[in-house]
Amino acid sequence: MAENKIEMIGVNKWFGDFHVLKDINLTVKSGDRVVICGPSGSGKSTVVRCINRLEEHQSGVIRVDGVELTNDKAAIATIRSEVGMVFQQFNLFPHLSVLDNLILGPMKARGLSRAQATDRAMHYLERVRIPEQADKRPAQLSGGQQQRVAIARSLTMEPKVMLFDEPTSALDPEMISEVLDVMVSLAQDGMTMIVVTHEMGFARKVADQMIFMDGGEIVESGPPEPFFTAPKSGRCQKFLSQILQH
Amino acid sequence: MPVKNLPALLAFLLLSGCASSDIWGWYVIDPTTKSGWINIKFLINGMGNTILISLIAAAFSIAIGLLVALPALSHRRWLRIINRIYVEFVRSIPLLPMLFWVFYGLPIIFKSMGLNIPIDPFWGAVITLALSDSAFTAEIYRSGIQSIARGQTEAAQTVGLSYTQTMRYVILPQAIRRILPPLANQFIYIVKMSAFASVIGMQELTRRANELVVSEYRPLELYTFLILEYLVLVLIISAGVRWLERRMGADERN
Repeated sequence: MAENKIEMIGVNKWFGDFHVLKDINLTVKSGDRVVICGPSGSGKSTVVRCINRLEEHQSGVIRVDGVELTNDKAAIATIRSEVGMVFQQFNLFPHLSVLDNLILGPMKARGLSRAQATDRAMHYLERVRIPEQADKRPAQLSGGQQQRVAIARSLTMEPKVMLFDEPTSALDPEMISEVLDVMVSLAQDGMTMIVVTHEMGFARKVADQMIFMDGGEIVESGPPEPFFTAPKSGRCQKFLSQILQH
Repeated sequence: MPVKNLPALLAFLLLSGCASSDIWGWYVIDPTTKSGWINIKFLINGMGNTILISLIAAAFSIAIGLLVALPALSHRRWLRIINRIYVEFVRSIPLLPMLFWVFYGLPIIFKSMGLNIPIDPFWGAVITLALSDSAFTAEIYRSGIQSIARGQTEAAQTVGLSYTQTMRYVILPQAIRRILPPLANQFIYIVKMSAFASVIGMQELTRRANELVVSEYRPLELYTFLILEYLVLVLIISAGVRWLERRMGADERN
């Protein structure tokens, strides 16, 4: 087991002519909680999406738990099985019940029996505190509940790293905290996490590394205390003052 | 047109026939006479083959269409090109020349390959209709599958599903709700086009009407009856399609 869960070394990516990621270097150790913030279009989501190969990087090296991401399908499958992902739009499977959403991966990708997968699914539904919704369809749940189901769905694969891509941005304000609470408890249990978010209260509480991105670059990174109180770059200062005012 | 207007239309046609009895001769299919009743049975007996040809052709078209549509969704350019070539090529061939090619031409190719596969009118019609329709079916699948948001594929990948598993458990079950109504609609096209099977000797609705016209020489009445036969058949299918759409729509709202 590698000590560095995620390593990105000199990663570059272009969408056509647009240089979305410029020389990204990032190391995430086991148990680290990294929070990435930055204005929209800064490339923060793309960084996270590169880690489980939802996007392909064009140069540089990305290693997840010691395995390098290449076009090798077996390596991609290995990495995806170790990395959970939570999306802004939840992306639950609308034609399946909550329980079926949770057991699909464990049964088809991990080869668990239905009974084993169901046990595991119920365990994680209790973990996100909605076991009573197991038989409902996603559309019957509130946004906050849907996102908690999505988190539980990722956890049923028992990943070593969890990626969160703006998990509360599509939620009504009153539902944000129920999702953040689940994420805080995950962090307290020692889950390695990379979270793209503007929820700075959450960041202050759990992050041990803050990253500010702008224009495809990591402009500033470091522990939360100096990051929030004395950001070095002007761009980061301006961004923080804008989002912390409200 | 609503099904309930059908009796009114029938009544109109029959009454207008009675009103100018000098051109109409409904005796040819008058169910109260023995010969008229025999003629009606002869005509309607073609219905079985029309339905059978259409159903089997539709089943093949649905399978071929999916196989043709999947490459269109690939990242690989050459796979997408194969799809485009198939769809554009097959879509541009008129049905009748294709039917002739399959029925008269294909056995020669089989023979030259040392295969003894006879093509009878039934399978000639089924193969032609299935191929011709598959280009349209493929396009229906493609748009249906593409209408499922990309996030669904991504979510499936992140819980470890392979491409085949993603298609089978996540994408197709959702796409099918959007695909079924237009596919069922496409079935109406097959039913109507199956009339072409008459020219290679298939005993279906149109062939039967043609044969009776030759012996009875009553084209106006017999072809009117033929059209009404298709009308009834298609109206029944349309009602089925609407029922399906309502059911799918209700399901989607859950």
